[in-house]
Amino acid sequence: MTSSQVLCKQVSVFLENKSGRLAEVCQVLGRAEINIRALCIADTSDFGILRLIVDRPDDAVEVLQSSGFSVGSTGVLALRIPDRPGGLGDVLGELEKESVNVEYMYAFFITIAGDAVVLFKVGDEALDRTLGVLERAGVPVIPSDQVYKL
Amino acid sequence: MPYSDHAVNLSRDQINQLQVARLRETVERARRAPAYAERLAGISAEDIQSPEDIRKLPLTTKARLREGMPWGFLAAPRSEVVRMHYSSGTTGLATAIYHTRGDLCRWSECVARGMLAVGVTEDDVFQNMMGYGLFTGGLGFHYAGELLGCMTIPASSGNTERQIHLMQSFGTTVLHIIPSYALRVLHFCDQAGIAPSRDLSVRVIFVGGEPHSEQLRRRIEEGFGAKVYNCYGLSEMAGPGIAMECMAQDGMHLCEDQYLLEVLDPETLEPVEEGQIGEVVLTTLRREANPLIRYRTRDMARLLPAECACGSAHRRLSRMEGRTDDMLVVRGVNVYPMQVERALLDVDEVGRNYVITLDRPEDLDRMSVAVELTQEAFTDDMRELNALQRRIERRLQTELDISVCVELHEPGELPVSDGKAVRVIDNRDQEK
Repeated sequence: MTSSQVLCKQVSVFLENKSGRLAEVCQVLGRAEINIRALCIADTSDFGILRLIVDRPDDAVEVLQSSGFSVGSTGVLALRIPDRPGGLGDVLGELEKESVNVEYMYAFFITIAGDAVVLFKVGDEALDRTLGVLERAGVPVIPSDQVYKL
Repeated sequence: MPYSDHAVNLSRDQINQLQVARLRETVERARRAPAYAERLAGISAEDIQSPEDIRKLPLTTKARLREGMPWGFLAAPRSEVVRMHYSSGTTGLATAIYHTRGDLCRWSECVARGMLAVGVTEDDVFQNMMGYGLFTGGLGFHYAGELLGCMTIPASSGNTERQIHLMQSFGTTVLHIIPSYALRVLHFCDQAGIAPSRDLSVRVIFVGGEPHSEQLRRRIEEGFGAKVYNCYGLSEMAGPGIAMECMAQDGMHLCEDQYLLEVLDPETLEPVEEGQIGEVVLTTLRREANPLIRYRTRDMARLLPAECACGSAHRRLSRMEGRTDDMLVVRGVNVYPMQVERALLDVDEVGRNYVITLDRPEDLDRMSVAVELTQEAFTDDMRELNALQRRIERRLQTELDISVCVELHEPGELPVSDGKAVRVIDNRDQEK
């Protein structure tokens, strides 16, 4: 798979700490018929970054930008992790051995054939190394086009 | 021999006579400064027969001082200048004031007079908790303390734990401190289980550098079990201590043998009635290096009527009641919103709009600046955004000389920079 196939386009939105901003983002996406598949929020005391996996990431960037939001997109890996105690720990352990730093991660609300779907952000320079580790460890990477349809 | 000061005993007539003679001298000296030469060309000694004749002389504004930087207002040979201070801002807004050795002596005499008036002597241990450096707060009182013969501790501001350690170890009896920092020290003592009125020996506290209320003075007095005296000054007029309260704690006696006071309506520039609020306008009467004539301080205050209970004929100023411009005082440091604007111009990642918020958690001023992150500068990487915040904070700190918290906002969320928008929200409660 090429990097555009392995990496999902995650949409990031800058959110200042003001009530109603999160709702506005979701409403803008809703009006454009864009479906949110997974999300997480990283925040400090005065601002946050909303990270979204949606079915149409390019459209999402466009509608959010035209609604005045500061938007970016970032490549993240979607992995199938066995949904059992220790499943995630095993995968992180393998990555740790190869010194791959996971900058952040969050999970989908759904599972695939009993596996949890977890999104990982690793440094761009660590991508090839990460893919190698995952392949050796037997952790399936879900191609991006399939992720958008989950 | 104990320090003594004769000028404190001058009668009103003597002060008036001195002022006329010294105003004439000042005009002659000021002519030597390029910025005054032309403006004083039509004035002769005969024009000045009484202190009121000062009104025949031109006013001097901060803007003019700035235009005259660096040497336009210097009236003495550069070789006679032994020190300079620099005010408010590191770049375009700042002005330098120069001092000869004599100027520094006379400044110390002003401060020492005020200290002496409330009973400070060579037996005192004086801990000077004002910032030393370009800011005049520290050095101004330092040499006065030495002149009086106090054991002077140049503690400067900050490091509260060490400040208290110094007070305990050396039996500090006199402090010079900004009022909000005094509250901070009390708060710290409270947490550390120290009762200042019982465990420390502080008996006299000079406060200045920022506006404060009578209630706040009483809180500091109660906390330390000490007398708190207000003092006034500004770097353009040397610095702190050119007007200080006596034991009556009812207004600050200006050193009228050294400064000529007017209180003017800032619109009409006519004198206001005694007791009415107006802009404090001061003229240096003895300064050699940097004589300033009718300098508009932008501070609003009142000339207090009638004689003071202490018997001094030097007239009294009320506490400062405001400003005629948008200057803010944050932790004793003068800050102009314009400086924030200027600093933000150097940061590509943020727009020009900003809002300054001031509050006072735990009795210490805090300044936050809200800025707008541009679309292009947004990144998914939290660390980069945090690093950007820190970088803007450092840039502002360099410009303003105080620490600032920066908040990032979305573009378009703050009032635009050209309108008459509110850019300063001051939530500090002066009454507390």
